[in-house]
Amino acid sequence: MPEATVTSTTSNENVTPDSAPIIRAERIEKYYAQPSQNRIQVISPTDLSIIPGEILALLGPSGSGKSTMLRMLSGLSRPSAGQVFWHEKPIGDAEINVSIVFQSFALFPWLTVLENVEAPLKARGVDPETRRERSLNMLTTVGLEGFQAAYPKELSGGMRQRVGFARALVVEPEVLFMDEPFSALDVLTAENLRSELLELWSNKTMPTRAVFIVTHNIEEAVLLADRIIVLGRNPGHIRTDFKVQLQHPRDRKSEPFTNLVDYIYKVLTRPEIAAAAPDQTTGKPVRDQRQMHYQMLPHARPGGVAGLLELLIDKGGRDDIYRLADDLAFEIDDLLPIVDAAQILGFLKIEEGDASITPKGSDFGNSEILRQKEIFREAALENVLLLRQIRRAIETKSDNTVPEEFFLDMLDEQFSAEESQRQVETAVNWGRYAELFDFDAARRRFTLPEAEQEEAEAADAEDAE
Amino acid sequence: MKLPQLPVRFPERLQPRFQPFARSLVMVRSWPVVIDLGLAACLLAAFFALVHTGHYVFGTPVPVVPISHSLSALPLYSFYSVIRIGIAYLLSLAFAISYGYTAAYNPRVEAWMVATLDILQSIPVLSFLPPVVLAMVALVPGHQLGIELGVVLLIFTGQVWNLAFSFYSSLKSIPKEMLEASRIYRYSAWQRFWQLEMPYAAIGLVWNSIVSVAGGWFALIACEMFTMGDRNFQLPGLGSYLRTASDSGDVTALIAGITTVILIVVATDQLIWRPLIAWSDKFKFEQVESADRVTSPILELIQRSHLLSTLPSRLWSGIEEPIYRRLSRSRDCRVVQPIDEDAARKKASPVFWLISALILAVILWGASKAVVLLSQLTGSQIVTLLEGAIASFLRVNVSLIISALWTIPVGVAIGFNPKLARIIQPVAQIFASVPATAFFPVLLLGLVKIGGGLGIGSIALMLLGTQWYILFNVIAGAMSIPSDLREAASLYKFTRYQRWTTLILPGIFPYLITGMVTASGGAWNASVFAEYFKIGNQTLQTLGLGQQIDIATDAGQFPILLAATILISLMVVSMNRLVWRRLYRLAETKYKLLA
Repeated sequence: MPEATVTSTTSNENVTPDSAPIIRAERIEKYYAQPSQNRIQVISPTDLSIIPGEILALLGPSGSGKSTMLRMLSGLSRPSAGQVFWHEKPIGDAEINVSIVFQSFALFPWLTVLENVEAPLKARGVDPETRRERSLNMLTTVGLEGFQAAYPKELSGGMRQRVGFARALVVEPEVLFMDEPFSALDVLTAENLRSELLELWSNKTMPTRAVFIVTHNIEEAVLLADRIIVLGRNPGHIRTDFKVQLQHPRDRKSEPFTNLVDYIYKVLTRPEIAAAAPDQTTGKPVRDQRQMHYQMLPHARPGGVAGLLELLIDKGGRDDIYRLADDLAFEIDDLLPIVDAAQILGFLKIEEGDASITPKGSDFGNSEILRQKEIFREAALENVLLLRQIRRAIETKSDNTVPEEFFLDMLDEQFSAEESQRQVETAVNWGRYAELFDFDAARRRFTLPEAEQEEAEAADAEDAE
Repeated sequence: MKLPQLPVRFPERLQPRFQPFARSLVMVRSWPVVIDLGLAACLLAAFFALVHTGHYVFGTPVPVVPISHSLSALPLYSFYSVIRIGIAYLLSLAFAISYGYTAAYNPRVEAWMVATLDILQSIPVLSFLPPVVLAMVALVPGHQLGIELGVVLLIFTGQVWNLAFSFYSSLKSIPKEMLEASRIYRYSAWQRFWQLEMPYAAIGLVWNSIVSVAGGWFALIACEMFTMGDRNFQLPGLGSYLRTASDSGDVTALIAGITTVILIVVATDQLIWRPLIAWSDKFKFEQVESADRVTSPILELIQRSHLLSTLPSRLWSGIEEPIYRRLSRSRDCRVVQPIDEDAARKKASPVFWLISALILAVILWGASKAVVLLSQLTGSQIVTLLEGAIASFLRVNVSLIISALWTIPVGVAIGFNPKLARIIQPVAQIFASVPATAFFPVLLLGLVKIGGGLGIGSIALMLLGTQWYILFNVIAGAMSIPSDLREAASLYKFTRYQRWTTLILPGIFPYLITGMVTASGGAWNASVFAEYFKIGNQTLQTLGLGQQIDIATDAGQFPILLAATILISLMVVSMNRLVWRRLYRLAETKYKLLA
């Protein structure tokens, strides 16, 4: 993908010895086998290297397998195929030295701050005095001196993540992995921690040789990273991989910065150009999610779609998605599902990072609630296979109810069990809004909406007479 | 023995995630019918093995220890009983932990082990008393130790299942990122156990221990002394003391005995459970500190003493430091172990299949023998058994309804008055821990005086044992109804009927169901004990399955014993599946208060 600001760095040829990758992944992929011959491809074969001296950000919408990628690279999860190498040794046999900073902090609430930081050293058999000394030093480095006897639950979110950093850094990892480390924190705290992290990194206060950060926050990636990899989804694959050559400290308001952010938005929202080649190496048929039967429903609410369309109408029917997100103070994980949903329903078109409203969309946005429901119902029946199937199944059955299990079984062929459940939840949400059907949560069955139920009963009664 | 999962439902955030119906955790896509049949075969085989061993006993005499009912014997007898409970409890704790651990980390046996838990915790353990004791006496012939072992084993089987399930479900609900942290920082299994798994399971284990030990007392009092034909099996202890006292009509001794039992229960509560609950507070998996917590003066005392609060940790680190040093050289601590590995790595070895086949063969053989045993039943015996089943079933449910009828209004009234609730709830909890079996002789003496029969007596015993569970669950439920909902109800001037149907009953529903499930298990257990009772030289009895079991025990008729046990288990299990589990699911979905 040639772009003005992009230089490709994926090739491993001509690397100088000191930039030899610490971790190198060779055609790693992840899929889940299904009871039937199908399998669900989560990540298609991917090459990726973590090179000393850089902060590498992995960016992507939810469902692109960012976290799975992190876990495969750190040795926590074994790829379904392909290999991960640690200094050119298979990662399953190598004594790797990495840490992970978790989104939920993953601190042990029953251990004090000091004990939490000491725990990894304990696992390595470090003697008690050294353990204590190193941990206290690290607590000082992250600005937590005096807090060693506190329990994590007594601390604020930001302080807790500092403990997370201290625990990660105390083992002097060669690669520091971070899985959305700032997304559970409020904006100011996150900003503060980010700049402190950069300071530690650029002053070489931490012995770490490379940082790998997974995020869905585009600005965060541009702010921190020396290199950014953007993932696409269904299944996860690399869409672009480029170096960021802005000087630190980076200014969010500067032109090059916003250009870069805008460029990433374009990549994320632009329809895929080239589809990944289907895997020919194994005998089992691989079902690519894009050729599937069911489209993947984005987990957005109808109300959100209506809100977005109204906003677009206010802006004259067309706007840059980046600017939309900015206006709404949304992150892409919040905004993209809504945009996707509007797109699936035919209310919206995306071109070059711009969203423009369709006639049907503006009709929907301008109508009052009852009419909106009607338009939504038509659009849903026309465009969403799952909703159409549920509605038809209910109409066909004599008692007008269908168990959830029935659709879960069909969805399971294409999605993981968890995703199937979420698909059904979203379908229920949309179906209820459109008054296509109702859902009885206690019996886990789809039913006719109440109004139609009464009609049906009345009709039955007439038939009986 | 059907033992409850947790004595009381705590506000959602305090409660380690818990589900009383274990199977729904793993049964989604496996073969429930196969597992059920397999388990039934296992149980039949086990029963046959017990009876078969037991048959040897008839050749060997067992010395009968005379039981005194003088007050001076009481301290020693209490000591014996406490020791028995203690040993059985420690055994069950150890077993429960290893069982839960194995089930949680071995996908191949997980479904089987959880199904076993589910069934075994619904079987009233008292019905196994005779064969178990006989088998143990046969293994240790001519010695008191055999009975001792039999009784301890019986209490053990009563206590272990809910502990095991609690531990298992805690392990299963550890957040994924915590597990990942323990892998990426290369914890050994040892460190993971002490820093992650045990702390995470601690609260559930403490609460279930309380229930287990209460159930243990109930069973112990009932089985320290029983007769089989003309043979007496008795152990010196509180249960046999109470029995002897009531046989000889010694009211002073009876009262002294019951007082001792209550004292022991209260002391255990104050000296062990409350400090443990207060201490386990630090294992709460929550992000914010909660305002309401249990306090214990004893724990504060221990924590204030410098020696007592630092000595254990110093001793402990003396033990664990060398272990950590050694383990740090192991593979676990040098290489990051993939987290999705465990399930996929272990391909079944031929040895595994061979062993499974062998076990299967043995089980089938045993089961077929037990079926042969069953075929000796005559038609009239079967009819009596079925009549008994119906009678017991009705009695259990009548007692449940009576308990619910009085506890719901009283519990709600108490729960809406926080000051009162804070006083009464712990008292009700202690009442629930006092073994109802201890009161039974007194109750019967009274009934005989006024000319009542055992029909009423057995219902009274069930009530005595089970209503407290419902009561304090209802109190907890009423307390959990948010005050803004109550204010809304009074603001919109709900009628009394509306208040109950739209606010109170739905609000306490999940708690009520938990209490009823617990109570129903306890009531079944009581029915085995309460439908047939020898007092002095009188025999009181009323039609029921428990009566059939006791008569069969007296006469050594194992086919009837087996058939009656099967019937009880079938009824309890199908009630659980058809009624309680559905209601529980309803409670979890429709009537769940949002946090």
